[in-house]
Amino acid sequence: MSQTINYSIAGEKTQNLNAKQKIGLTLAAVAFFLVILTWVFGVTLNPSWLFMVLILFGFGFGAFFYGWGSYEDVPKGIKNNGVFFNSLTNRGALGWIAAIILTLFYICLYWYGDWFGDGTGEKGTNEGLVSLFDPLSQVFRGEVADKWFVYGTFYSIAILFLGIKFIMKYRHSRYHLIRTISLIIVQLLFAYSIPYILEGLNYNMAEGAGYYSTNISNIWPLNSDFLTGSRIDAKLASPHQPVGLAILVWGVFAFVILTPVLGYFVGKRWYCSWVCGCGGLAETAGDPFRHLSDKSKKAWKFERFSVHSVMVFVLLMTVAVMYSYFSQSEFKLEAYLPGNWNYIALFTILGLGLTMFTVFYFNSSSRSRNKLLIASGIIVFLGIMMGIALVTGRDDAFVIESTKIKKAYGFLIGAIFSGIIGVGFYPLMGNRVWCRFGCPMAGYLGIIQRFKSRFRITTNGGQCISCGNCSTYCEQGIDVRWYAQRGQNIVRASCVGCGICSSVCPRGVLKLENGPEKERINDNPILIGHDGAPRLR
Amino acid sequence: MEHVVIIGNGIAGITAARHIRKRSDNRITIISSETEFFFARTALMYVYMGHMRFEDIMPYEKDFWSKNRLDLIQDHVQTVNFEDKKLILAQGSPVFYDKLILATGSKYNKFGWKGQDLGGVQGLYSKKDLDLMEQNTRGIKNAVIVGGGLIGVEVAEMLASRNIQSTFLIREKTFWGNALPKEDGDFVTAHLTRHGGIKLLFEEELEEVIGNEEMRVKAVKTKSGDIIDCEFLALTAGVHPNVDFLRESKLEIEKGILVSADLSTNIENVYAIGDCAQIKEPLENRMSIEPVWYTARMMGEAVAQTICGKNTEYKPGHWFNSAKFFDLEYQTYGRVWNELKDDEDEFVWKNTEDERLLHFVFHKKSHVLHGVNSFGIRLRHEIFDHWLSEKKTIEETLENLKTANFDPEFFKTYEKEIIKSFNEKFSANIRLKKKVWWRKVLRA
Repeated sequence: MSQTINYSIAGEKTQNLNAKQKIGLTLAAVAFFLVILTWVFGVTLNPSWLFMVLILFGFGFGAFFYGWGSYEDVPKGIKNNGVFFNSLTNRGALGWIAAIILTLFYICLYWYGDWFGDGTGEKGTNEGLVSLFDPLSQVFRGEVADKWFVYGTFYSIAILFLGIKFIMKYRHSRYHLIRTISLIIVQLLFAYSIPYILEGLNYNMAEGAGYYSTNISNIWPLNSDFLTGSRIDAKLASPHQPVGLAILVWGVFAFVILTPVLGYFVGKRWYCSWVCGCGGLAETAGDPFRHLSDKSKKAWKFERFSVHSVMVFVLLMTVAVMYSYFSQSEFKLEAYLPGNWNYIALFTILGLGLTMFTVFYFNSSSRSRNKLLIASGIIVFLGIMMGIALVTGRDDAFVIESTKIKKAYGFLIGAIFSGIIGVGFYPLMGNRVWCRFGCPMAGYLGIIQRFKSRFRITTNGGQCISCGNCSTYCEQGIDVRWYAQRGQNIVRASCVGCGICSSVCPRGVLKLENGPEKERINDNPILIGHDGAPRLR
Repeated sequence: MEHVVIIGNGIAGITAARHIRKRSDNRITIISSETEFFFARTALMYVYMGHMRFEDIMPYEKDFWSKNRLDLIQDHVQTVNFEDKKLILAQGSPVFYDKLILATGSKYNKFGWKGQDLGGVQGLYSKKDLDLMEQNTRGIKNAVIVGGGLIGVEVAEMLASRNIQSTFLIREKTFWGNALPKEDGDFVTAHLTRHGGIKLLFEEELEEVIGNEEMRVKAVKTKSGDIIDCEFLALTAGVHPNVDFLRESKLEIEKGILVSADLSTNIENVYAIGDCAQIKEPLENRMSIEPVWYTARMMGEAVAQTICGKNTEYKPGHWFNSAKFFDLEYQTYGRVWNELKDDEDEFVWKNTEDERLLHFVFHKKSHVLHGVNSFGIRLRHEIFDHWLSEKKTIEETLENLKTANFDPEFFKTYEKEIIKSFNEKFSANIRLKKKVWWRKVLRA
């Protein structure tokens, strides 16, 4: 083994903070103190709006000033100096502390909402941290806050201000500028403001009409509840019209047409690094941790297994709950689809999925296309199970009660995977753990991107020097260099198209582009520059 | 089954090994004293700067070597006994070969300066140099860099990442003057000075290195008599083939190991590739020694064919290269010499504010493109390679420049400005063509 020297001692630069960085850290520390005070110690501060503003703007402008101080005096370009010397970004003490605090935050959020003071006061009023957000919640939706409102507000503030910091960091790149603005706008409008305003206007959660999500950027299968019976009923409830029906139509359109069509033209990235809220947080708050993703082949193998398992699970769950929904006698969709049309609709959706995968299979010439047959097999299996249930007159399609499947998913995938590991472990496992190993939407888009898309990352002839910046800074753990150094295009299901590999490349080798499918996958490329250059295979 | 032994685990040796493995079942052994595994030499700087860890600049996972049956020996070859086909190692037992590939790389130049062996004086080539630099630069404030070339800039960028000021001593009148035309060199200089803490002294050379009581560098004296205080002196005035341990043998060596077109040496079954090889009859417009990553890789590809029974000459196509000077990216295709040749004309366009420069050189009469230097704009290798082969004119090149652009999506484009500038300078009337899918251009 070659000698490894600890290079960390010499990283003095990070210890010399400038005035703006100090202001930023001070603001963030004050905000952090207030959060701990109200969260851990349960102190209820008054006036609440003032302290909420202090917390939000403390974090927000703290990040802003810190970024400004860090990047203003350095010319445009890549800013990765000292990334592996910094305790926060190299799994040092600060990284561990950050991970632990974030994880505890998520545990409280999911299971111990009381700790935030969510409805713990007299007659169910809020105390502590949640109470600070009552005034803002009143403005948006005409009622007091709850823990999810607090979380959503933090989440949006993080994407806004850390997004601005990200833009300052990558200000030489218009690709990053535009996609980050897109992420910020989608989060602030579609994921945060509009749903709460609609709620205030009684377009969802109206008295006795049930709840459904009005976030149009949260698409099935990521929004795994979208086709649950109670949510369909809520969307169709009369007080919710016309918004509810519009959301239902949009949601079906989004996963049946929009996702595959955009996925075909520009790849997975239109969603994962331009629209999605999880992606939004990963690209902004998570950016300093992108290099911590595991690049090994082992991790890649695990990824393929786990992300597709979750996807299949969601598919199974959705079919199960829809089946149960249809097999019970009364449901709201009957107004639109009388009688057996429901089953026909369900079987049609499965049929569409089956057709899609088989068409991909026959259209694709890549060696791994056999996986599409497995996907088709799963759908056929689902269809048969459902058929048996239909013939034998059962309420549940797969013997297990659909609500049980849903509960298991909510706990294992929703809370533990996407929240705790997905965000809490940013400083330990990188910023895209959920997106890479868990997200069902990523699985769905990945199959499109891999087998039927115009998107690829092109390698610029023979210019690669195998330096490894691309692989190191790939948040999805793709060994980009493996392809680039052979002159091969990068076509991988997991690529979210963030474009950082192209940015950090010192030789201008990588370009994200959309083009004809012909020659997109070049398994046996020539490294040009060499007349009569030999191929490897 | 033959035993192929490769001395050196740099890009030349490793590329040869990979291609031999793909084409044969030969036993392959790679010997290197530098590191256990292959790493990207060009990326050493990023380890110092904290962009990557050392393990991140190793392109293959550890099981790659055993999986591909590439035997690695970490040891130093002391002498080669060509008669008995035997390698004497510093520690292990001798190794016998059937075919030998010498891929021993280079060493950085020392020109016999007084005090050149003092502490704190070094070049940057190997992993060992990197470790030494780490120790030599701890807690220091000032450095001097001898030589304004690619490694010099790398060292300056490394030092800048640790807030160490550096002063360049550059023999030429302009930056990297033996490769870049004056205009391009000055453009790079302007970029370097934008980054604080870098000073460039042109037409200035090192006279001697002045040490302190601890035998460490404390200042340098220049040819013009100035004394510059420094705690670190980087010797980056080029490299030379690492062949001294072979000089006593009957292997033909000049500056490097002399090789024929198929990279074979004067001794049967012995080949030399990469930085250490000197081509006896260089092709037109090429040097006899080209210590560049890409040429080393291509030599590795070529020699592997020969060794596997398909005699192949090393025929590099059109010259290409790239580099990054701090934040300024540079790519070149074809030949842009530092001075125009008699039959050549040039077209230079630049946008100082955005730091973009394109420097085209073409034949004066026929207008056939000879080469391009590009700063701040990425250009597509395949397209330029194709255009150079097809002997496209400067006009055809510029008209289709949109198709050759390799910048990321949404980046500001300059083609219109460039065409306008060309039309004004050459009173021409060319028009920019629409972007087409680049592969169509290759097929046309």
